[in-house]
Amino acid sequence: MDSYFSILFTEVYKILFLLVPVLVSVAMIVWLDRRVWAFVQKRRGPNVVGPFGLFQSLADALKYIFKEIIIPASSNKLVFVLAPVVTMTLALISWAVIPFGEDFVLADINVGILYLFAVSSLGVYGIIMGGWASNSKYPFLGAIRSAAQMVSYEVSIGVIIINVLLCVGSLNLSDIVMAQQNLWFVIPLFPMFVIFFISALAETNRPPFDLPEAEAELVAGYQTEYSGMMYAMFWLGEYANILLMCAMGAVLFLGGWLSPIDIFPFNAIPGPFWLIFKILFLFILFALVKATVPRYRYDQLMKLGWKIFLPFSLFYVVLTSSFLLYFDLLPGI
Amino acid sequence: MIAHSVFFYIFSLIAIVSAVMVTVSKNTVHSVFFLILDFISISCLFIMIGAEFLGMIMLIVYVGAVAVLFLFVVMMLNVAEQKGQWFSSRWDGGTHIPVGLLVSLIIFFELIIVIGGWKYKPDLLNSLSLNISTEVTNTKSIGNVLYTDYILLFQISGMILLVAMIGAIVLTYRERVGVKRQSYVKQISRERAEGVSLVEAEKNKGVKIDA
Repeated sequence: MDSYFSILFTEVYKILFLLVPVLVSVAMIVWLDRRVWAFVQKRRGPNVVGPFGLFQSLADALKYIFKEIIIPASSNKLVFVLAPVVTMTLALISWAVIPFGEDFVLADINVGILYLFAVSSLGVYGIIMGGWASNSKYPFLGAIRSAAQMVSYEVSIGVIIINVLLCVGSLNLSDIVMAQQNLWFVIPLFPMFVIFFISALAETNRPPFDLPEAEAELVAGYQTEYSGMMYAMFWLGEYANILLMCAMGAVLFLGGWLSPIDIFPFNAIPGPFWLIFKILFLFILFALVKATVPRYRYDQLMKLGWKIFLPFSLFYVVLTSSFLLYFDLLPGI
Repeated sequence: MIAHSVFFYIFSLIAIVSAVMVTVSKNTVHSVFFLILDFISISCLFIMIGAEFLGMIMLIVYVGAVAVLFLFVVMMLNVAEQKGQWFSSRWDGGTHIPVGLLVSLIIFFELIIVIGGWKYKPDLLNSLSLNISTEVTNTKSIGNVLYTDYILLFQISGMILLVAMIGAIVLTYRERVGVKRQSYVKQISRERAEGVSLVEAEKNKGVKIDA
């Protein structure tokens, strides 16, 4: 029994060691997002609270904590309260399988990439639950839009993952990173990387695909009826999801914790830092896209997902597998 | 080992309770949420017996896609009213309940047969031609069987699903007349020359548009 508890405590310690930095970096990333956005538009952005405005997000969080939580009288109360909790939880549990370095991962499971994919496909439920339980028109329309969008783009992300898996021969995320020691997958699979990036934008409801919360049409989409800490939880979950998508892109295409070239000044930097650099690089791309591209029309969004991305990535699966078969490069046989 | 069985009982209890709640709860949307909970706990059970690939696929396919469509249908159509109608005494012309009873009876007998077959499980396991090794991950072993011995069945089931999908589209497709379609290729590729033209307007006669 003693050993059982000691295992439990070390696991809890490890989980805290992972989750606290993730939550803090989510707060920082919100600040970074707003700063990048402001710089593109020649504004200053949040620069008052703390050095360079770094503590802006903490001040915002404090504000949300002390605000009143309003639960609409005609809402379905249990589901209404559960929705932000589901969003937040799903955004955080995926971090368990992200490898930060060799043997530096919370759960090194065989089907890591499937786990990531499954959890991100569950992310729809927080939004649908929130939209439905609010019992109001705009949240409901926003939730329906967002669910259709996420399901559509999940399909193309799944096919893109198949492309990577064909080159690796394993579903384990550490194996995926180790397979990129000689060549990052971003080079042979560059079109897939571009499509993954765009699909990740759509999957996380980021501009230019932020139709679920298109404020001109739908107020704030599924979040309309939420206030205070519950709204903040939706918000945190959304940004944690964005960070996770960046981490997924870094692991699948940019070589995870590996340094770009294996020579002295680069490989002296420890692996986790490289992963963090890559996540930040992808996130700044996300922020720049938000600042530059106007919002899509909904039919254009659906057309892009189903009629362009899906056929193209399916074609690329055939191309990759025939290339690997022809040159006898298929791994794991 | 104790922890293992504790988790097993937790997940199976959740699975059974939520399966009962799917049929019992009055609100149809709640039923679908309980169905999702059921799927999730069953995939947890799959993962506990070491079939992690099946568990994850269950999560992706059933929870990530099928149940979302269920939720869509239940939320969009007002199923709740209809359900109330079926079970009220005023409903007269319905045949739903006998059909439902028949289907559930068939499923019940199938379940009995499966549980009865449990007795012959060791014989069945011995008669298997392939040997299950613990060294290969189960993703690999499923792939080894699925794409070699059972490739025909696998392909046929895929074809059946495709045909069902096409059938559903054909049945529900309705050509709408008088709808202006927007094609963004057309919209973007429009040039000034074909959109704008200078016309000399004569006095007291005007210009005919869309001639």
